[in-house]
Amino acid sequence: MHPFTLSRADDPAKAIAAHALDPQLAFIAGGTDLLGLMKDRAAQPERLLDINGLPDLARIEALSDGGVRIGAVARMSDVAANAEVRRRFPVIAESLLLAASGQLRNMASMGGNIMQRTRCAYFRDEDDVPCNKRRPGSGCAARHGLNRNHAIFGWSDACVATNPSDVAVALAAMDAIVIVRGRTGERSIPFTDFHRLPGSTPERDNALGRGDLITAVEVPASVEARASHYLKVRDRESYEFALVSAAAAVAADGRRIRSARLAMGGVAHKPWRLTAAETALRGASLDDIDALKSAIAASFTDARPLAHNSFKVELAQRVALRALQMAGARA
Amino acid sequence: MSDPMKRSFADSASTSSGAAVAEACELISVNLIVNDQPQTIMVEPRMTLLDALREALALTGTKKSCDRGECGACTVHADGRRILSCMTLAAMQEGKHVTTIEGLERNGKLHPLQAAFIEHDGFQCGFCTSGQIMSGVAVIEEAKAGWPSAATPDLRNPFTLADLSRAEIGERMSGNLCRCACYPNIVDAVAEAAGRN
Repeated sequence: MHPFTLSRADDPAKAIAAHALDPQLAFIAGGTDLLGLMKDRAAQPERLLDINGLPDLARIEALSDGGVRIGAVARMSDVAANAEVRRRFPVIAESLLLAASGQLRNMASMGGNIMQRTRCAYFRDEDDVPCNKRRPGSGCAARHGLNRNHAIFGWSDACVATNPSDVAVALAAMDAIVIVRGRTGERSIPFTDFHRLPGSTPERDNALGRGDLITAVEVPASVEARASHYLKVRDRESYEFALVSAAAAVAADGRRIRSARLAMGGVAHKPWRLTAAETALRGASLDDIDALKSAIAASFTDARPLAHNSFKVELAQRVALRALQMAGARA
Repeated sequence: MSDPMKRSFADSASTSSGAAVAEACELISVNLIVNDQPQTIMVEPRMTLLDALREALALTGTKKSCDRGECGACTVHADGRRILSCMTLAAMQEGKHVTTIEGLERNGKLHPLQAAFIEHDGFQCGFCTSGQIMSGVAVIEEAKAGWPSAATPDLRNPFTLADLSRAEIGERMSGNLCRCACYPNIVDAVAEAAGRN
């Protein structure tokens, strides 16, 4: 790794001010993504500010209204093992346990998880192949290169990368809120607005700017949350990023769907919410496979596969259907 | 010598980039308790815990393989939890209790999981073994603490050590790669040490 300095933050306001003033400063919590990026020279901050010691940032709190508040530096393993998270939001615990490894889950923070950068092999390439995310204006090697793992929704000619986070998919389905403290105070970002589509500025992954510190992720209670499930399909049985994944949650009267939530991973630059499918699923029977399939298909009319990933269009619909059925079994 | 860990972030933020590189290569002092022994080592901020253990403390039982958080060979425990020593900075472990493979033995007696690895032939070339054993020891503790895994049929239910099936062990050990493919024997060894045989 390149040389850098390391300091420890003990006051959030000062940490935010330092980050706002210094474009070469990066916050570090678990470090499992940032140090990988630094080893691959995809990030070269001159100063690291360790935020693990900031007060209250590691807390996981079961809220009295049925929601949970997850501190930004809470570790993935602590969130996944938390009894209230497991009971209230099984989709969140499952998505965490299907990600990374036991060692990495003990290290990686929740804030860092949702900020992790794409696993696009061109972006991570140490040899600086064209990548607009890594070097704006240099082009996109994946657009006409090997793009089996890339997006089928929402991509641009500038970038076809996908977001690799699993728990982000579950949080998008649950309409979580990212609590951010910045120079002008605290603000709440709806989870589905947190990550960006690439457009012409793929170097920006999310809505955060200089001086922004994630303090927590809040997950509101919902009628669907307890009957929720996360399904991940990948090339290996374990310890691998998703080809395609789905977070599903269902509220039902008997076997009839009252409301459903569906979000997918591995298909876009951000967690991809299937809003058209959610609308079409209302009133459908969980036992009517054809009705479920056609409702899900409503969210795939705008799918635009690349040269090597057209299989994802069919796979994603099957994964959404299976996740919905498994969530439905809990309703 | 100035200590960047004690320097405030405001000083750090106002440092010019030219000066920062010079200071970044300065050695800083880190206190760790490694295998129950207090240690003070001098490291560069960019030094990983893995390199610090191997190079500053000559604890070469912890292996450097992928150095990218992909293989598990560098697994150690920090404050009782298994972590990848290649993906954390030594200077971020200030004050922590670190246990390496050298610290498992007690009074000349192998840890039960070390003995089980020998009994079940849990290795061939041995390069991944220290990481496998450090991971396996933690897997048993995590199961005792009631942590579920992706192999747990329904994680809404409480998890106990009695639920630690072979499938559970396989899933929980999936962050440790073995190129000799001793996986079935590794699972046998962890199952025995967990009292699950």
